Amino acid sequence: MTLTQLDRLEAESIDILREAVAESERPVLLYSIGKDSSVLLHLARKAFHPAPVPFPLLHVDTTWKFREMISFRDRTAERLGVELIVHRNPECLALGINPFDHGSARHTDMWKTQGLRQALDKHRFDLAFGGARRDEERSRAKERVFSLRTAAHRWDPRSQRPELWRLYNTRKDPGESLRVFPLSNWTEIDVWQYIRRERIPVVPLYFAAARPVLRRDGMLIMVDDDRLRLRPGEEIRRATVRFRTLGCYPLTGAVPSTAASVAEIIEELRQVTTSERADRAIDHDQSGSMERKKHEGYF
Amino acid sequence: MSLLRFMTCGSVDDGKSTLIGRLLYEARTLPDDQLAALERHGMDFATLLDGLLAEREQGITIDVAYRYFATATRKFVVADAPGHEQYTRNMVTAASVVDAAVILVDARTGILPQTRRHTEIVALLGVRTVALAVNKLDLVGYSRTVFDAVAAEYSALAAALGITSVACIPVSALHGTNVVRRGAQTPWYDGPALLGWLESVAVPADDPAGPFRMVVQWVIRPAADFRGFAGRIVGGSVRPGDRVVVLPAGLPATVARIVAFDGDLDIAVEGQSVTVVLAEDLDVGRGAILAAASSACDVGSEFDARVIWMAAADLVPGRSYLAKIGARTVGVTGSDSLRCNEIGGTVVRFDAAVAYEPYPVNRDLGGFLIIDRLTNDTVGAGLLDRVRPANLRWQTLSVTKEMRAALGGHRGCVVWFTGLSGAGKSTVANLVEQRLNRTGHRTYLLDGDNVRHGLNRDLGFTDADRVENIRRVAEVAALMVDAGLIVLVSFISPFEAERALARSLVAAGEFCEVHVDTPLAVAEARDAKGLYARARRGELPHFTGIDSPYEVPANPELRLDTAVLAPSAAAAVVLDRLLAMGVVTFSGPRAEPRE
Ligand SMILES: Nc1nc2c(ncn2[C@@H]2O[C@H](COP(=O)(O)OP(=O)(O)O)[C@@H](O)[C@H]2O)c(=O)[nH]1
Repeated sequence: MTLTQLDRLEAESIDILREAVAESERPVLLYSIGKDSSVLLHLARKAFHPAPVPFPLLHVDTTWKFREMISFRDRTAERLGVELIVHRNPECLALGINPFDHGSARHTDMWKTQGLRQALDKHRFDLAFGGARRDEERSRAKERVFSLRTAAHRWDPRSQRPELWRLYNTRKDPGESLRVFPLSNWTEIDVWQYIRRERIPVVPLYFAAARPVLRRDGMLIMVDDDRLRLRPGEEIRRATVRFRTLGCYPLTGAVPSTAASVAEIIEELRQVTTSERADRAIDHDQSGSMERKKHEGYF
Repeated sequence: MSLLRFMTCGSVDDGKSTLIGRLLYEARTLPDDQLAALERHGMDFATLLDGLLAEREQGITIDVAYRYFATATRKFVVADAPGHEQYTRNMVTAASVVDAAVILVDARTGILPQTRRHTEIVALLGVRTVALAVNKLDLVGYSRTVFDAVAAEYSALAAALGITSVACIPVSALHGTNVVRRGAQTPWYDGPALLGWLESVAVPADDPAGPFRMVVQWVIRPAADFRGFAGRIVGGSVRPGDRVVVLPAGLPATVARIVAFDGDLDIAVEGQSVTVVLAEDLDVGRGAILAAASSACDVGSEFDARVIWMAAADLVPGRSYLAKIGARTVGVTGSDSLRCNEIGGTVVRFDAAVAYEPYPVNRDLGGFLIIDRLTNDTVGAGLLDRVRPANLRWQTLSVTKEMRAALGGHRGCVVWFTGLSGAGKSTVANLVEQRLNRTGHRTYLLDGDNVRHGLNRDLGFTDADRVENIRRVAEVAALMVDAGLIVLVSFISPFEAERALARSLVAAGEFCEVHVDTPLAVAEARDAKGLYARARRGELPHFTGIDSPYEVPANPELRLDTAVLAPSAAAAVVLDRLLAMGVVTFSGPRAEPRE
């Protein structure tokens, strides 16, 4: 009996999940509703079976997510009987922060980065699982599986702890917290192959369908509700598209595709070669932008 | 589809970045946007491997970078430890997680001392499959003679280090020769291109032979009637019905079930994360090891080990750190000083027994992290070689400490004087001893300066030497207490940790810590031995109070304020205390004479 590479990735992730839970007081899973979160949640169920998942899910909402994401989120929590905490930055609600008037950088910083800090502080979580993978972005290639954050939630790439073997140093001082990335060594195609193998439900937006879109700043933006203000010359048309990543709908580009099933997505990925995050507006704000967000506590 | 994790090592400018970039590029695994960035940079492959902003700004690399690519037959994880001053630490980190290594040399320079160093580290961490890429062959005219000489020298070196599988490949990373495809420039070479080698080498983890071992990480108890031990199998395989032993306790048990999400398993193998239910109702906790009963692993607490030190501050022999081994965290000390990026043999002592296997046999049961208790940083990595035989036994002696004390007429005790140089420790200790001697007590005075002339002649004043200095004196003092003496110890002893050690070596009620408390300014003004003046001139490095710290005792038995107490009054305070402790008596014919 030899293990396939998916078996190995699964075993490694479960090992990380168990180690993190064993060595923290109040863990939480940062649930972003995307495919990586779906895989992470599935792995958490496997890791602690037959006991229930021993931590809640936290969704940091921005009020600008695709509607299908929100309904999928609520159905998932209901179906699996897991505790779901939804946090919306009250300051953003009061100020009506949105990507149009305030720009994508401020929108993301205030809703997501500040919102996440608020939620972690409020619930005194000392360890947060994230679904980030090292293959997504160049700065992630060097991030640890267990990554220490200061009491102010900042990340210091200069003082990362060396990570050897399968041994993780989880020690921290009061106020400090850990971000843990069990999917560090997975690639996008691994995630889809695992979703197929394990029949993990994902948000239908990943599959191609005819959707109302318009072209803006080089991206195909789906018109998910009537809050999207048309600029002069913009025109809504229907096109067969799907999403490779999910975020705030005005900031997430769709890709033209006819892949309507997991198998077709895998086939498409084998051919298409554009890195996944290229469709995300927030990553293009500045050079090295993901890294800057990480310093500030995004993820 | 299998998975190979490999690392690349080379000195700066050997062409490592160019080689990996070329591999990713030619294996057609680069996404369009990265390809576009590459073209913007004039096809400089090294730019592909950039990662962190700070690194780009400072031109240095901080960490190990992980890259992912796949071919039709295999998936690859490349661990790249870029070269700079932290190179040893990064290489060790990368080597701890890979199955194979690609070592680069520049064809023009051949095997360098660094090449040997890289190979030693790779071998030390247990990587047995290595390719030597002899790069920049274009710059020596694709010379077979040059290549053959380098290959022969390297093969001998690798074999001597126990590397079982070595391939030497002539390469030009810049021109792509023998990287992905065999090149026309080297018709005399009949081996595989580098990628072909990577696709074909055996993945060691695919062979789950060997006895069963599992690390228990977590106990799953959803209800009173279910107790599952969750963990990773780090050796062999297991089936329901197998006899196992729970270590380090040594309890025998039988595997009842292997529980998984999709139903129970008939067998589980090395590399899997599983949940095992035992037939017996045993108290197994996080950190326990389950091992095949027929071939259990050893348990021990003192080992010969090799340690790789990764922190700026040296390893201090005898100082207590934390060790993370398997799923346990225990206290650990090392016996030898090590500097940053140094690799050395040392004796490690854990403060609890651990189940282990020698590192070359099992990385998961023989490798451990060393963590600083104060900073929480990972400061070192250790590899266990062998347990040290517990052949040092206590010989039972017929005459006891109590019998010796009875003969002397009083108990033994340590009176530990600590304080700055020139505080008055020796003056007060000397007076106390005089009075004790006159009243018929058997004493000895261990003075810092005097002991450094003999027993501790070999020690200097670095933190490490100070720790050892105190350790020896503390041990000697403890022996003298055992012999029934009142031992007056007069040492600066600036560190709380070592004073605590001295206290721990004798019984409660046998230790009297006396802080001779004199402000630095006062001690420096006295400067009876002229030491402060020399220290200020920089002639005495590591001088306590000047450029080495004095940690003030938190809870001494006595604090003598020499600003208000004359030496004879201070001595009287000490004697009163010893009287109160029941150590000394001033009665009968030996009563204290009048002064
Ligand atoms: N002529 C020649 N130059 C090379 C070759 N490989 C790398 N170089 C050059 O050597 C220099 C250092 O390469 P780089 O990949 O940055 O080295 P690293 O420091 O090991 O990552 C660069 O100028 C490369 O273009 C090669 O095979 N032939």
